[in-house]
Amino acid sequence: MDRDDRGERVGVPTDAPGAPPPPAGTAEAAAGRGRGGTAYPRYVAGKVAGAAVSLLAVLVTSFFLFRLIPGDPVKYMTGGRPVSAGQLAAYREQFGLDLPLWQQFADYCGKALTGDLGTSYQFNAPVLDKITEALPNTLLLTGTAFVLYTALGVFLGTRSAWRHGRLGDRLHTGLALTLYSIPSFWLGLLLIIVLSVGAGPLPGLFPTGGMESGGEEGFAYVVDVAHHLVLPVMTLVAVEYGQTLLVTRSALLDEMGSDYLTTARAKGLRDDLVRRRHAVPNALLPTVTLVFINLGRTVAGVILVETVFSWPGLGGLFYQALSVPDLPLVQGLFFVFAAAVILMNTLADLIYPLLDPRVGR
Amino acid sequence: MTTETTTTSPRALARRRRRASAARFWRQYRTHRAGLFGLAALVLFALLALAAPLLVGSGVSNVTDAPGRPLQGPSAAFPLGTDQFGRDLLGLLVWGARVSLLVGLLAAVLSVAIGTLIGVTAGHFGGWYATVMMRITDWFLVMPTLVLAIALATVMSRSLTTIVVAIGVTTWPTTARLVRAQTLAVETRPYIERARALGGGHRHIMTRHVLPNVMPLVLAQTTLIISSAILAEATLAFLGLGDPTVVSWGGLLQDAREAGAVSAGHWWYLVPPGIAIAVVALAFTLCGRAVESVLNPRLGVGR
Repeated sequence: MDRDDRGERVGVPTDAPGAPPPPAGTAEAAAGRGRGGTAYPRYVAGKVAGAAVSLLAVLVTSFFLFRLIPGDPVKYMTGGRPVSAGQLAAYREQFGLDLPLWQQFADYCGKALTGDLGTSYQFNAPVLDKITEALPNTLLLTGTAFVLYTALGVFLGTRSAWRHGRLGDRLHTGLALTLYSIPSFWLGLLLIIVLSVGAGPLPGLFPTGGMESGGEEGFAYVVDVAHHLVLPVMTLVAVEYGQTLLVTRSALLDEMGSDYLTTARAKGLRDDLVRRRHAVPNALLPTVTLVFINLGRTVAGVILVETVFSWPGLGGLFYQALSVPDLPLVQGLFFVFAAAVILMNTLADLIYPLLDPRVGR
Repeated sequence: MTTETTTTSPRALARRRRRASAARFWRQYRTHRAGLFGLAALVLFALLALAAPLLVGSGVSNVTDAPGRPLQGPSAAFPLGTDQFGRDLLGLLVWGARVSLLVGLLAAVLSVAIGTLIGVTAGHFGGWYATVMMRITDWFLVMPTLVLAIALATVMSRSLTTIVVAIGVTTWPTTARLVRAQTLAVETRPYIERARALGGGHRHIMTRHVLPNVMPLVLAQTTLIISSAILAEATLAFLGLGDPTVVSWGGLLQDAREAGAVSAGHWWYLVPPGIAIAVVALAFTLCGRAVESVLNPRLGVGR
């Protein structure tokens, strides 16, 4: 993917590592250059408006996409139990499925704007409640993993590029590419077998799933959650850091031949300082954009990892909703995931000109 | 000049040039060791998938009259053990290669075809058409690909076609961007102007001049997308969105999980399909990177 220059992809999307797309927004930013200090607010307004349009498009898509489903949604609700025609009609009325499509759409948009995403068939509870319940757990898992894999990827990517072609570089690049090709859910299952169930002489070190053992309070609770967090975070970091490593590495390699590095060395700076003070800050610019863009891929990873480790977050909820399928919940989560990625991309666009004065001022 | 060369038809001339550039490409590709490794692995898996009917036979996925007892560990008769129905896991693994490779290839071809079509036309026509197309592309680009593919697979019936379509229509935007950029670069060259001056229409210019020039890029992109498509197929199958009647590597992993292989510690059930997915995905990625760095040394992939 995300190759995402893949990857998406997005860079790579499509996710293929190694071929970063040009930072989004550079062209627009360039157009705004030379208009003095007013360019940035205008740039921000443009980006925010673009994000709003995207969000609206997601809202519309999620409505019509899930109306494409063949068959009667009420059948899914009743789970194949024999129900009378009267009950079916009552269900239809309860969920507004008896109205014409355009009216359903108008209702849906109106409600979505007030934060009402419908009622889950499966839990018979508002979708928004289910989402707000699971959101902090997902943020804890994703946030921890995001910080760790970004730090690890940038650190190793910098070292790899600085000593490119040597054994260490080849090992790290090879390992990153290999981990990148491993299905995250499979790695998670293996870690459970080896580190929780226990393989051979190894005892079970970590819990097999969930977020807490229950019963603990205060500090013991924090330790317990952290203990449950280890394996899911390890899995996410392992499958995601390679992308950051490759992006950082190729960004730094692009800078390596630059004249200003020769100048810095010529004035007698130590190699280490040349790297930290001169090369890395410049190489990080394209990396920032890509790290945010790749969050789309991380979302996919989170769904799988939460499913495998029964983590009570949005991804686990998505899996439960899919297996029914509980359409309002799938629809609501689809919107939340897409919105999160759009917001992160917009954030990257907004931060970029602040980091790189050549853009957007 | 000998009569031989003067009578050579343009077609033969073009063929000879094409052969020479293919040879040049291969000479450079050979210098990438990782690329060669990837290629070797791919050839091996492709042969295995093609020969599967001879090696294991189509009866391997038959649930009734399976050869072994359920969930046996590795033994001489079943080198990788048996699944919960007593089927030979090695046979299933070989048979599963067919589906995983086929879906990966078809999805990548679909994705690249859509991307190339949109990229070339947007680059060639420009104007409002390009603006609209690129808006759509950008929008798809920010969507979490897998979530969209999952949503599509959920609303469509359970079949291999669904999986191919779900992956294909969600991964094309990168290709569209790359191809459009390349198209714009190609269209500024003098020979396009010449073709236009000689009366070449839009169709002629796009298919005869632009397309051959973007093809190498498209090839590298296809290889990289196959690798993501194979991973995506495994993921969808694992989430229970695949076709339950066919055997694929992702499906085997889902079966393993449902049969309780994780809590029972049946590593021999889980490990082989995952390794197969990883090796094939890695092989395609390595090939794609090698092709990319041969075609575009500035990318720095191979450095």
